Amino acid sequence: MLKLLQLFYVFFKVGMFSFGGGYAMLSMIYQEIEKFGFMPAKEFSDVVALSQMTPGPIAVNAATYVGFKYAGFWGAAFATVGVSLPSFILILIISAFFYKFKSSKIVQAVLDGIRPATVGLIASAVLFFANTSIFQEKLFSYEGLKSPLSYISIPALIICAATVFLSIKFKVGPITLTILAGIAGAFIL
Amino acid sequence: MKKIKVLWDLFMIFLKIGGFTFGGGLAMLPLIQREVVDNRSWVAEEEIIDIFAISQSVPGVIAINTSIFVGNKVAGKSGAVAAAFGVILPAFVSIILVVTLLIGLQGNIYVEKVFAGIRAASAGLILLAAIKLGRNAVKGRLGYFIAIAAFLAITIWNIHAAWAIVFGGVAGYGLYLFNGGTKHA
Repeated sequence: MLKLLQLFYVFFKVGMFSFGGGYAMLSMIYQEIEKFGFMPAKEFSDVVALSQMTPGPIAVNAATYVGFKYAGFWGAAFATVGVSLPSFILILIISAFFYKFKSSKIVQAVLDGIRPATVGLIASAVLFFANTSIFQEKLFSYEGLKSPLSYISIPALIICAATVFLSIKFKVGPITLTILAGIAGAFIL
Repeated sequence: MKKIKVLWDLFMIFLKIGGFTFGGGLAMLPLIQREVVDNRSWVAEEEIIDIFAISQSVPGVIAINTSIFVGNKVAGKSGAVAAAFGVILPAFVSIILVVTLLIGLQGNIYVEKVFAGIRAASAGLILLAAIKLGRNAVKGRLGYFIAIAAFLAITIWNIHAAWAIVFGGVAGYGLYLFNGGTKHA
């Protein structure tokens, strides 16, 4: 029982105080795991690979993994509920205010500035995914720019272009495209 | 009865979103946009951008924040629970399955190729989502400036996403004051 409460406490704290999504949360989870001795560092580092292999939010993958290894199924459940609960509290409070103040002119003006920033932010995620599939890390360095072609994976670029084409031209859904890209990856990458 | 149907729909849609995105919250945005805005019209195009912005600038898991926001808007608190449960369940179940059964697959060359293919497709899908949202969200010279500045600040200087949001908000408010408090961007 103590183990379960520890897991809940640690992951609640992670959910409450970490900004910036999955990868940013991993460093905080790691610090906490060391403090409480949930598992050796090397075992935790597997969670990055595992979260790539499994669907869903990385933080939930990590919470389930640590909880399951430390205290079995219920450990996984307590850790996952812990990491999710702060979102409930914060978002429910914020959305109550959000709809109350949305018609205010000042709030409208602020939102008009925030929206384009969000678009820039989402566009930056494109590079994050491209950097781990289409481009080799060094493309944006001196050597990379001197001979860019040797740092670009043409098959991965074709998969990316085909995804965009099928989505625009034939309105193929994202789930179908994800499955097709996985199959194509196994054969041509 | 109608309420239960809505809760079931919310659960199933977020289960699908949670079950088919690899690589975390940002990879989910194109799917959420398609299901919630295009297919269901639960949320307006402009509103989903606000939801994405808020979900990324408060603490917590981005995907869970977004699911709670959408669920709460569609069907109140029980909607928030249904949507969050849907988005969490695949991640939870798949980790337990992988840890108990498939641990040997880790590092398998074909598994890695499959995921490299999926990441390449994610890059394309997110690009399309950014363009689609941009048509609605980026207006005027200031809008383009904010979007490009946010993109460069994050990709080149690696600043935190929340600061880009704060910067956008301050710029929007500044323009409002500049226009004498009558017009907004």
